[in-house]
Amino acid sequence: MSKVSTVSDVSDVRGTNGKRLLDVRGLATAFDTSEGIVRAVDGVDFHVGEGETVALVGESGCGKSVTALSILRLVQAPAGRIVAGRIELAGVNLLELPEAEMRKVRGAKIAMIFQEPMTSLNPVLTVGYQIAEAVRLHRGLSKREAWKEAVRVLDLVEIPDAAERAAGYPHQLSGGMRQRVMIAMALSCDPRLLIADEPTTALDVTIQAQILELLDSLRARLGMALLLITHDLGVVAERAERVLVMYAGRVIEEGPVDRVFAEPHHPYTRGLLRSVPRLGRERAPLATIPGVVPKLNALPAGCRFRDRCDAAVAECASVDPALEPLGEGRRVACIVATRRGGLES
Amino acid sequence: MSAGSTNAPMASAGSTNAPMASAGGTNAPMASAAASPLLRAVGLTKTFRVAGRLFGGDRSVHAVTDVNLEFGAGRTIGIVGESGCGKSTLGRLLLRLLLPTAGRVEFDGTDLATLSPRDLRAARRHMQIVFQDPYASLNPRMKIGRIVGEGLEVHGVASGKAAREQVLELMARVGLTADAYDRYPHEFSGGQRQRVGIARALALSPRFIVADEPVSALDVSIGAQILNLLLELQDERGLAYAFISHDLRVVEHVSHQVAVMYLGRIVELAPAREIYTGARHPYTQALLSAVPTVDGKDRRQRVVLGGDVPSPLDPPSGCAFHPRCPIAVARCRVEAPQLVSDGGHRTACHLVGDGNPSAGGDVPPPVRHDPAPA
Repeated sequence: MSKVSTVSDVSDVRGTNGKRLLDVRGLATAFDTSEGIVRAVDGVDFHVGEGETVALVGESGCGKSVTALSILRLVQAPAGRIVAGRIELAGVNLLELPEAEMRKVRGAKIAMIFQEPMTSLNPVLTVGYQIAEAVRLHRGLSKREAWKEAVRVLDLVEIPDAAERAAGYPHQLSGGMRQRVMIAMALSCDPRLLIADEPTTALDVTIQAQILELLDSLRARLGMALLLITHDLGVVAERAERVLVMYAGRVIEEGPVDRVFAEPHHPYTRGLLRSVPRLGRERAPLATIPGVVPKLNALPAGCRFRDRCDAAVAECASVDPALEPLGEGRRVACIVATRRGGLES
Repeated sequence: MSAGSTNAPMASAGSTNAPMASAGGTNAPMASAAASPLLRAVGLTKTFRVAGRLFGGDRSVHAVTDVNLEFGAGRTIGIVGESGCGKSTLGRLLLRLLLPTAGRVEFDGTDLATLSPRDLRAARRHMQIVFQDPYASLNPRMKIGRIVGEGLEVHGVASGKAAREQVLELMARVGLTADAYDRYPHEFSGGQRQRVGIARALALSPRFIVADEPVSALDVSIGAQILNLLLELQDERGLAYAFISHDLRVVEHVSHQVAVMYLGRIVELAPAREIYTGARHPYTQALLSAVPTVDGKDRRQRVVLGGDVPSPLDPPSGCAFHPRCPIAVARCRVEAPQLVSDGGHRTACHLVGDGNPSAGGDVPPPVRHDPAPA
């Protein structure tokens, strides 16, 4: 595949018959902190196929949100910056685009929704105005057309009485409805990839189910890809096709969700799955992972998980494991698992 | 009347006999009276007044309505529901951090409302709370040792060196190292802070603890450590827990009994096993069905409820759940169902036990047992 780098090629994303929509290679994002420079994302490789749902899962500080912000080049400078890697959207390296071109990618090609819809909406503007504004900027529609478009997308996300709601303000909406508005705004420019960063974490469980159903049906209907960032393994299991498990700035396991969850190869994935409270277990202690996530400025040598690992061997102290393929579209960054062709349970 | 003015029943820690039980019990809704409970909520109701519209007068919010619960030593009642269902208000009512509009809380058989301020303070030693947010609930200017030990001094239980020793012992028990004693909260992670919160709650050797979403702010692997700690402490000390959570998965792991709340009322109350294997209220069934599970691929016949949780300011008529209920009938719109017991399993639904045993009608009860991972 020859490298292309003009914006007109970006707009022709649908035309790429290859399966990869987004291809991230060796991504590293660093932050200046009072304790020195740390790499919140440190050599991350993954791809998202056309129309695919990929989940990025991990605990606080693992780098999943920074990965998402890096894709959109929204990491706050000057403290934070992308220091290595490539992020290709349909063959175009986003890291090489001038900022003006990048602005056309955001929203139009890749849209993003966040955990807390209230902080992402302007409280003094009507929701219709806020959506219409985005539509006008990106698609050059007239005011009237843009408003019509806003009502259309509000209807698309199943907001009842969309025309009336468009004239309302964010505070008049419930949390679930606000998240629908955010989704409507994200979809208003017909993106090829929607990044959803903990989209349902702030919502009640019955509303969470509604929003996840909605995202799923919109993805299928509009043929867009979804990169779902979450800490909830249950959400991953039910909504994603592939999963990337992150730990301390790295992807440590990747594969089809059902395979990874049925038979995790990385000891961290296994520990995480065991420590999830599940229905049907009754009152009983949970399995735990000992210790805490290491600080990024004090990572152990060798494998970053070895201090907490129940499968570690002497070599883990010196070898920093790479993400190695293990068949069935799976990859794992663990020398013990790679050698055995899997973990013994 | 001298009853209640003595704090004797409070002070005799460990004794479960309650000489003053059922003193003014006009209603005895609880049939399960084996040993008298440690803490009992009777008809607990809380109404908040909120400013209404201009000229419209005040309106009232029924945050908690007619809640009856019995907490036994060494037992946990999980209280679940979505935001605004009144679960946190209930937690505060149980501790008398909020005064009820109606109903009462009895601790060891004594109605807390009859206690003098001094006796109430003494009683409070036995009733503690662990909060959700381990960042907001610890004073950032106080060192850990003082946060944990403050109660000991305030209640005159111990001071100076003795207090320090007790605090260090507690800290060790909850998994904090001794060097934490002279450090500040900001130096600790969320999980460590929640351990501090638990040590503080334990300092006065309470018998009843309200845990209000204690692991909701924590990562999965850290939350699991905290849940296990709470379970161990309960077994060691015979603590009674009111475990408040929005997460049915977490609740199942700690609870003996589960109360499901919707808009201020308990809609189902049953032993945990029955809630999770044979939920009868359509709301409980929908709630269980909405929980994302790790063994995902069975995307069951999910019951996705439409609509939002209604505002407690403007509750629906009849059964508060009827606008979202998949099986509601005409009666549900006009008549609020009572919590009716059937063999220790209480449900507030017109369609349960009314010639309609499974209540769910064609909604299959969401019974699942996740297989262990590998």
